[in-house]
Amino acid sequence: MTTATAQPAEDRAQTELQRRMLREMLLIRRFEEKTAEAYALGKIGGFCHLYIGQEAVAVGVSAALRADDYVISSYREHGQALVRGIPANTVMAELCGKATGCSGGKGGSMHLFDAAKRFMGGHGIVGGHLPLATGLGFAIKYQGGDQVCVCFFGEAAVNIGAFHEALNMASVWKLPVIFLCENNRYGMGTAFERVAAVTDVVEHACSYDIAGEIVNGMDVLEMHHAAQRAIQRARKGGHPTLLEVRTYRFMGHSMSDPLHGVYRTKEEVEEQKKKDPISQLAHRLMEDGVLDQAAIDALDAEVHAEVEAAMQFADESPDPAPDELTSHVLAD
Amino acid sequence: MPTITYRDALNQALREEMQRDPKVFLMGEEVGLYQGAYKVSRGLLEEFGAQRVVDTPIAELGFAGVGVGAAMGGLRPVIEFMTWNFAVLALDQIVNSAAKMLYMSGGQIPIPIVFRGPNGAALQLSSQHSQAWESWLAHIPGLKVVAPATPYDAKGLLKAAIRDNNPVMVLEGEMLYNTKGEIPEGEILVPIGQAEVKREGKDVTLICHSKTVAVALKAADQLAQQGVAADVVDLRSLRPLDEPAILASVAKTNRAVVVEEGWPHCGVGAQVVDIIQRDAFDQLDAPVLRVTQADVPMPYNKLLERLAKPSPEKVVAAARRVLYLD
Amino acid sequence: MATKVVMEALSPTMEEGRLVKWTKRTGDAVKTGETLAEVETDKAIMELIARADGQLLQQAVPEGATVPVGNVVAYIGAPGETVAAAGAPAATSPAAAAATPASAAPIPAPAAGSPQPVVSPPPAIANRPAAAAVAAVAIAPADATRVKASPLAKRIAQDKGVDLRLILGSGPGGRVVMRDLDAAVPLSAATPALVPAEPRAAARAPAVIPGGAAYEDVPLTQIRKTIAKRLATSIGPIPHFFLTTEVDMERAAEAREALNQQLADQGPQAGKISFNDIVVKAVALALTRHRACNAWWQDDHIRYWNEVHLGMAVAVEDGLITPVIRNAAMKSLSQIAAESRELAQRARDRRLKPEEYTGATFSVSNLGMFDIDEFTAVINPPEAGIVAVGSIVPKPVVVDGQVTVRRRLRLTMSCDHRVIDGATGAVFLRTLKQMLENPLAMLL
Repeated sequence: MTTATAQPAEDRAQTELQRRMLREMLLIRRFEEKTAEAYALGKIGGFCHLYIGQEAVAVGVSAALRADDYVISSYREHGQALVRGIPANTVMAELCGKATGCSGGKGGSMHLFDAAKRFMGGHGIVGGHLPLATGLGFAIKYQGGDQVCVCFFGEAAVNIGAFHEALNMASVWKLPVIFLCENNRYGMGTAFERVAAVTDVVEHACSYDIAGEIVNGMDVLEMHHAAQRAIQRARKGGHPTLLEVRTYRFMGHSMSDPLHGVYRTKEEVEEQKKKDPISQLAHRLMEDGVLDQAAIDALDAEVHAEVEAAMQFADESPDPAPDELTSHVLAD
Repeated sequence: MPTITYRDALNQALREEMQRDPKVFLMGEEVGLYQGAYKVSRGLLEEFGAQRVVDTPIAELGFAGVGVGAAMGGLRPVIEFMTWNFAVLALDQIVNSAAKMLYMSGGQIPIPIVFRGPNGAALQLSSQHSQAWESWLAHIPGLKVVAPATPYDAKGLLKAAIRDNNPVMVLEGEMLYNTKGEIPEGEILVPIGQAEVKREGKDVTLICHSKTVAVALKAADQLAQQGVAADVVDLRSLRPLDEPAILASVAKTNRAVVVEEGWPHCGVGAQVVDIIQRDAFDQLDAPVLRVTQADVPMPYNKLLERLAKPSPEKVVAAARRVLYLD
Repeated sequence: MATKVVMEALSPTMEEGRLVKWTKRTGDAVKTGETLAEVETDKAIMELIARADGQLLQQAVPEGATVPVGNVVAYIGAPGETVAAAGAPAATSPAAAAATPASAAPIPAPAAGSPQPVVSPPPAIANRPAAAAVAAVAIAPADATRVKASPLAKRIAQDKGVDLRLILGSGPGGRVVMRDLDAAVPLSAATPALVPAEPRAAARAPAVIPGGAAYEDVPLTQIRKTIAKRLATSIGPIPHFFLTTEVDMERAAEAREALNQQLADQGPQAGKISFNDIVVKAVALALTRHRACNAWWQDDHIRYWNEVHLGMAVAVEDGLITPVIRNAAMKSLSQIAAESRELAQRARDRRLKPEEYTGATFSVSNLGMFDIDEFTAVINPPEAGIVAVGSIVPKPVVVDGQVTVRRRLRLTMSCDHRVIDGATGAVFLRTLKQMLENPLAMLL
C-alpha cells in the first residue's frame, strides 16, 4: 500500500474525497435499508420512496456544491437530504413523524426541509418543484449572488408541462439552475419508452437552448465531474444545464411497489445490481490501495452504528404536541 | 381629496411598495413593455427596470412557481394573472406550493407572495373568461384572499398584501378598473381581515364584496325609497372573514341577504350564512337569503348575461322577503 | 433462539397478506436479504425478505393461506433448533396448518366427510316499536304542538312572558315573527275569583243582531288550534269509559266552614279554602293509594307515577289550560289553595311557564260554578284519567230510613281503558268518595 507521505497533496485530497464519498453512499444505503425495515414494522406510514441504487448521484453532486447553494428535490429525496447535511437523526425522526424531525413531523418522507442548509424540500407533485427551482435561480440572480440551484427530478417529470415552462424561463432569463434528471428508466410502473416520444432526455436541452450532458449515474466520480462542469457553468455565467443522469433503482418505486415481476424482470434487476455504485467505488479504492476490505468493513460498521443511533433517536422522540396541528398555517 | 381610478390606485400601491422595498418585484404577462394588459402596471418598467418588472411567456403554472421559488429565495414577488381564469393552470403552485410550504416545512419557509388580477365577469366575455374564483381560493388554509371594491380599498389592500408574509390572493375586476373614488394623500393600509360598513341602516343587512358592493348600494337606495334602511357590509376580505362585523350587523337588523357574483353551490356566501346561523341564531327573525350568479356557465348574449348576474332588483326582492314585506 | 418471521405490512394499507409461494423450503439455508416467499398484498405481489441468517426451520403457514399482518409465518434459526410455538418437532409438517387446506380460503373448511359448516343466522334484531313520544326528561310537555316562530320571536316572547301559542303568526306557514309580538301585551285578569272566570270567548260571539251579517268567521288562535288538535287526538284514539258517583258533601262542607273560620281569625292573608281545593287534595291522596290510576300510557309501556302532580283545568280567554299542582298529595290544604289561586291567575294572565302546565299525572276539571250537575271530561294524554266535578246541590236523600236534605256532589271519572279497567277505576272512585264524605279519612 502506498504510504500517505508519498502522495502529492492533490492526490491526497482526491483520495480523501473518494473515501468521504464512499462513506456517504454507504450512509444512504444503510439508512434506506433501515427505513425499509422501519416501514415494514409500521413506524413509517404513507408513501416512502427509496434511493437504493442511486446513491452515486446525490453524493457526486453534493461534493461539488457550496453550503450556500440551493438544493431542491422530488419525493425520492432521503439521499439528497442526508448528503446535504441534514443529520440522520432528524431525517429518521421526520420519517417517523416525530416532533424532532426536520419538518417537525408535519412533512414526512416526501417533505424534508432544512432552510439553514438550503435544502428546499421535498415535493410531492411530479414536476411541481421545477418552476420553484427556476424561481430560486431568479432570486439568486436578482440579489447578485453567485450561488446555484440544483434541481433533482425523475425522467417521468420530463413529460409534464411544468418541466418545459421551468426550463424555458431558466434559459430565457439565464438563470443559474442545474436541472438534474435521474433517469432510472421507470416512472412508477411505466417504462419511459412507452410514454415518451423522445427517450434521450438530454435532447430536450436543445429545445430550450441550454447545455446538456448524459452522465453514468452509477459511477460516482463521473457524476461528480459532470456536476462540477454544470455548476461552474451556472456560477460563472448564469447558464442552466440539463443533466441526464442514467441510474437505476434496485427497489420498487415505493414501498408498495414490487421489486420486479410486473413491469421489469428479475433478471434485469440482478443485472443492474452488478453495477452497484458502492461496490464499484469500493473496488476501485481497493485496487488503488487506498482502502482494504477491513477498512471498508469498519466504515460500514461505523455507518451502521450511525443509522442504528438514528433509529433509536426516532423511536425515543415524542410525537408533535396536539396544538402543532394548527401552528405554521400562516406566518406572522 | 384627490379622486382617482381603481386602476391608478393599484398602480400607486405597486409603485410605493416597490420604492419602499427593493425585494418587491412584479412578474406577469404584458406587465412591462405593454404597460399591463389593463394598464395597471403603467410606467413601472420605466421606473424600476427589467429586472423588477418582468414580462413572462404564457406559462401560468411556470411563472407562478417561479414566483414561489423566488419567495423561497428571499424575495417578495407580485405575480399578475392577466385574469384569474388563467390561474386555474397555476393552482398546483398556489395550493400545493405556496399555501402549504410553511406548514409542511414545519414553519421554516414562509412564502411572502402576492397573486393578483381581475376576477369574475366583465361584459360578454363568455364562459371561459367570466368566472369568479373566490371560493376555490378561500377554501385553502395557508392563503389569504382579499377583494377590494373601491379605489381606496384597492390601494390599501394591495399594499397590505405585499407587506404580508403569507401568500395573498388579490381579486380585482375589469369592470372596477375605471371606477373612481377618493383617496387621501399619504400612506394607506387596509388591514386584511377587516370588513367595512359602506352604508349604515337598521332594517336589513346586505353583505357583499367586490362588484356586488355597487349592486348592494343601488339596492339600498331603492329600499330607502320603500322605507327600509339597509346596512351594507363590504367584506373586503374573504379569508379571513370578519366574523364580528358580520354578526354585529345582524344583531342590529335581525335579517340578512348575502350578495356574491360566484355560483351558489359552495360559494363564499354559504360560509357567511354558516357563520350567521351558528353564532347569530337567536337574533334571526328570518332565514338568510343569498343572491348569486345563476348556476350556469356565463353565456355570451348580452341579455342572458344580465339575467345571470346579481342585480339591485334581485337584492331588493330578497330583502323584502326577509322583511316579510312580500 | 429461533427468529420469528412475521407477515409484514408491505403496503401502507395492507392488513393481511396471502402467502402465494414459498421460495425457500424447510431446511434451506437463508441469508439476510434473500427472498423467503411471495406474498400477495392488496396492491401487488411482493417479496417477503429474510431479516436474519440461518436455516428456514419451519414454514408456519402453507401456500395459499391468508394471514393478518403481524402473524408468524416462519422460523429461522440454527440447524436442528426446535421451535417452541408449533408444538411439533421442527422436521415435521406444521401442525397449525391442519385446519387450513390449500384452497386459499381464509376460513377453515370442515374435516372431510362432515357437512358444510353451519353458518348461524345473524341474531334476530329485537322488534323495537317506535319510541314513545315522551323524551327522556322526567317532565314531558303535555302540549306536543310545535309553535313555528323565528328564533328572535321566541326570545322576545320569553323575555316578555308572552305565550307564543296565543300569538297569530304572520310569517310563512304561520310563523310567528318579531312584528307579531310588537302588538302582544299580557292581558290583565278579569276578577280575582278562585273559580275560573266566565270564558272571554263569549265576548267574541256577541248576541245575534237582527238584520246584521249572517255569520262571522274568526280565525283560530294558537290556543284554539292547540286545544283542537290535542283533544282530537285524545277522544279518538283513547278508549274512554266513564264512572259516575254521587258524594255526600255535608261533612266536607262543615269542615270547610270551620277551617275558613279559623283562617279568617288569622287575617285576610291566610286565604280561604274552596271546595275545589278539598276535592284536589282528596283526589291526590286517593291516587297515592291507587297508583294504578296515576299513570301515563306510553305506547309500548305504562308509566306508573309514584309522585302525584295534579292538573287543574282553568278557563282562560278563548280557551282552557291546565296548570299543575306538583306533589299535590304532600301539600296542605292551605298550600293547595294558595297555589291553585296563583296558578289560575297567572294562567289567565298568560304568564305560565311551560313546566307549570306540563307533567301532570292526573287531572281535575270543575264546572260546578256553572251549575253543571255532572259532565264527562276528555282525558289529557298521556294521562290515563280525569275527574269531572259538578256543582254541589242540596238534594233529598234517604239516610237511616229517613228522607233528609243533604248537599250532594256528582263526580264523573273518565278512564283510559288501556290503562285503567272498570274495577280499578271503581275502587279509586270509592276511595275518593270515602275521603270526601269523611274528610278525616284523608288522615289515615
